Amino acid sequence: MDRPKKTEFTFPTHINDYPTGPQYAAGYLPETNAGWRSVRPVVDHDACVYCLRCYLLCPDGTVVKDNGKITFDMDYCKGCGVCAYECPKDAIKMVKEQV
Amino acid sequence: MKSNKIFISGDEAVAQGVRLSRPHVVAAYPITPQTITVERLAEMAESGEMEGEYMHVESEHSAISATMGASSVGARTFTASSSQGLLYMAEGLHYCSGGRWPVVMMNANRSVALPWSIYGDQRDSLSLLDCGWIQVYVEDAQEALDMIIQAYKIAEHKDVLTPMMVNLDGFILTHTYELVDIPEQKMVDEFLPPFQTPNKMSFEEPKNLGFSSKPDDNTEFKYQQNEAMFKAIDVIRDVDQEFAEKFGRKYHDMVEEYRCEDAEVVLVALGSVCGTIRVVVDKMRAEGKKVGLLKIRYMRPFPETEVKDLAKRVNAIGVIDKDISFGYEGTVYTNVNSAISKIDKYVYKSNFVGGLGGRDITKDEIEEMFNKLFSGVENKSEEKVEFFSLNVESND
Repeated sequence: MDRPKKTEFTFPTHINDYPTGPQYAAGYLPETNAGWRSVRPVVDHDACVYCLRCYLLCPDGTVVKDNGKITFDMDYCKGCGVCAYECPKDAIKMVKEQV
Repeated sequence: MKSNKIFISGDEAVAQGVRLSRPHVVAAYPITPQTITVERLAEMAESGEMEGEYMHVESEHSAISATMGASSVGARTFTASSSQGLLYMAEGLHYCSGGRWPVVMMNANRSVALPWSIYGDQRDSLSLLDCGWIQVYVEDAQEALDMIIQAYKIAEHKDVLTPMMVNLDGFILTHTYELVDIPEQKMVDEFLPPFQTPNKMSFEEPKNLGFSSKPDDNTEFKYQQNEAMFKAIDVIRDVDQEFAEKFGRKYHDMVEEYRCEDAEVVLVALGSVCGTIRVVVDKMRAEGKKVGLLKIRYMRPFPETEVKDLAKRVNAIGVIDKDISFGYEGTVYTNVNSAISKIDKYVYKSNFVGGLGGRDITKDEIEEMFNKLFSGVENKSEEKVEFFSLNVESND
């Protein structure tokens, strides 16, 4: 299974741009939460065996399968560290964000 | 047209209307005086007479929650309650209208505690006027059955997508028997096609439920709900017309005027008491007194245009409220009065609070109300809220 595609979100300018009630087509992520992060994941690609545990366990689905390599969608990574904790090869390190 | 009349109670008439509307899910918790409706529906689900699922829930709060969940995946749903049960649902009622799920509910109007009473008044539903549901009040069992069918067509309309509450007076309608015409299933199917909604959640078209919204967006969703409620007025008119053409019964849209053409004083009321008022109007008309009745069918959306139109033609309007908003006046009166205040003419008004906790509103009392309106105009009396009537002396 691949990560579902994110649909570009444009903010409504007319009342008719809103969905009827709060149900709407899936795939919009209008708000990012990068600002929550104090540490970020950094991958050692030599150590990574591409087992995809991090892909399955990331609570925000931020891990991206990128041609056999793991990357992150940093707009949505909150820096929780679940990926680093779960990595069987210790290939992910959480590094302090520079302020 | 072939007639198929059977002798049933108001509760049973509602159950028949629900069966004919082919809901996928019925979730309700029994409460007097609604119980017979849900018992009949449970029996129909068990025998296969009704194809939908009957969900046994542990409370009214769960009943409304279950119907909302089913509605969100495109099911046609029904629930029913009354009084304390309806109030226990109150949280879910707001959720449901905000979610734009066209759940249809029958409410057996009943007094609310304390003091506890199983008998009728309209304080349960009128206290929930602001919860975003369309509210209709019916006068007899036939209207109850017909309005259940109409309710689905109105609530599920793409411009409306708002849940609807069909109110009938506890005991006076729920437990009395009438000859009720049961429409043919084939005709109901033609009138009421299956529920279609752009909001349907499915594997093919996944949806998100945007459960919360910040101050940036919340107002827009509430604006939409309000707009939908106003759009419902046209839909109510169209659906009633189509219903009349199909089944030969017309309910006059938002309100029904009875002998108001040249009326000088008019009583405004909801529900079953309108039947009694008609009798009194006929009697007083025979005596040459120009009286009339305005039966309000829909409290939300409110028939502002119709009330203003009537107010322009009459000298006095009395509002019967089986309800009191303590510390002010009856809720129906407040709403009627707001509409009247928008016309450029003085109309004498009076609020008669009666029928609380199941007390009958008698023909004699109604005649007295009409006479009070006549004398109010003549003597330019003070407009006031009057309990009609106390069985004992008061300090007034």
